[in-house]
Amino acid sequence: MTDAPETCPVHDWATDYDIFDPGYVRDPAPVWDELRERCPIAHTERWGGSWMPTRYEDLQQLVKMVPALSSRSAVVVPPSPELREVLVAEAKKYGSENPPITADPPEHQPFRRLILPFFSPRAVEEQIPYTRELCNSLIDGFAGKGEADAAADYAQQITPRVIAHVLGIDPARADDFVTWVRGILELGQTQPEMRIKYRGIIRDFFQEMVTERRRNPRNDAISTLIEAEVAGEKLDDYKVVGVCFLLLVAGIDTTWSSISASLLHFATHPQDQARLRAEPELLPMAVEEMLRFYSPVTMGRKVMEPVEVGGVDMKPGDKVLLNFPGANRDPAAFEKPDEVILDRKRNRHMAFGLGIHRCAGSNLARMEMQVALRTWFERIGPFELVDPDAVTWAGGQVRGPRTVPVRFAAA
Amino acid sequence: MRIKVDPDLCEGHNRCFALAPDLFEVDDYGLSSAVNDGVVPPGREEQARLAIDNCPEFAISVVDED
Repeated sequence: MTDAPETCPVHDWATDYDIFDPGYVRDPAPVWDELRERCPIAHTERWGGSWMPTRYEDLQQLVKMVPALSSRSAVVVPPSPELREVLVAEAKKYGSENPPITADPPEHQPFRRLILPFFSPRAVEEQIPYTRELCNSLIDGFAGKGEADAAADYAQQITPRVIAHVLGIDPARADDFVTWVRGILELGQTQPEMRIKYRGIIRDFFQEMVTERRRNPRNDAISTLIEAEVAGEKLDDYKVVGVCFLLLVAGIDTTWSSISASLLHFATHPQDQARLRAEPELLPMAVEEMLRFYSPVTMGRKVMEPVEVGGVDMKPGDKVLLNFPGANRDPAAFEKPDEVILDRKRNRHMAFGLGIHRCAGSNLARMEMQVALRTWFERIGPFELVDPDAVTWAGGQVRGPRTVPVRFAAA
Repeated sequence: MRIKVDPDLCEGHNRCFALAPDLFEVDDYGLSSAVNDGVVPPGREEQARLAIDNCPEFAISVVDED
């Protein structure tokens, strides 16, 4: 894939891992399995240096190490010197940029409580009709052709529109949102100039929305944030923009990755596809299993105080990858972890993280996955992958397939 | 059978509520509690166990097997 960063071959994953290595991006599970046996918390100097745990129990401990591990920099690859200067100056002036995800206690909780009601089971239920209609209209566009890119024509089209609908911004700008978010989370991880460029574009976009709503309040999430109070004070524009930024960026390529990965799975596992078709009531459990098996998100933390985890001493300044995807394949926590079992009964997966930073949008993500898969299975007959070599993956801290060409009987 | 949700461990994943909406209720922040003082109606024990086995925070437990 042309967007992939240049990487040197890795000879020892325990001391020199590379989360952008193309083979690792395609299939990281063998590396995790090897590390869990040999060196459960690996280290690398690449991309600014970091630790990578692979055991479920180590992740359980790490998420509880607050405030010894800070969320201030959730992206592990260091910013460019230019961006760093901006970030340091802004942090001094305004505090955390995108709370609650980049905030630590005590700042974290009040911001979390501001956004959680947007994603409660009740609030998410209100988004179902829109999501279903959207999925149907996307399928209308390719059902007659007998082929589609399940990632680019479907999954990638769903999540930006749903989060736009939640936020109260124009869903018709979905293509822009996708470009911006890829600029931050996909390309931006390894290309610092992308990160600074798209960060500016997204902040400017929301600043305009906020300015407009301060004049003409609406009944939407942005206006709710403008009216909200933390510690008895209204939020300044910097914070409102920062929270909106978070909701947009976190709600797009994460869930899109999970929907794409699920459709890739069913396209390449005809038995699972037939089973879900025959037993549609399995869908909610199947979605959890897809989340476990193809977990897209790895968060980052920065060590603030010395900690000891799994026999490893981490020092202030070190960075840690919260490798939720790797923990979800740990045989100590899951029976037959490298098998997809659609109706897995015990599935305490941590695809949405654990602890105080548990993904605030998890209910929305689950709903989108369920509606996207249910609608696809209702409308599209048996489908298969056209060409395994055409499948491309994005990796790093958000992993998922970006091209999934499938064919089916035209209808 | 009686169950309980530890409010100090629950982080609002809502797995229990999704699996057994008749046994749990969640507030606007997603925090869960067992309804009816945790008493599981006869015939719903399997659903209760499923909720326990799928809580990522290990926040749900059985208080009383009978």
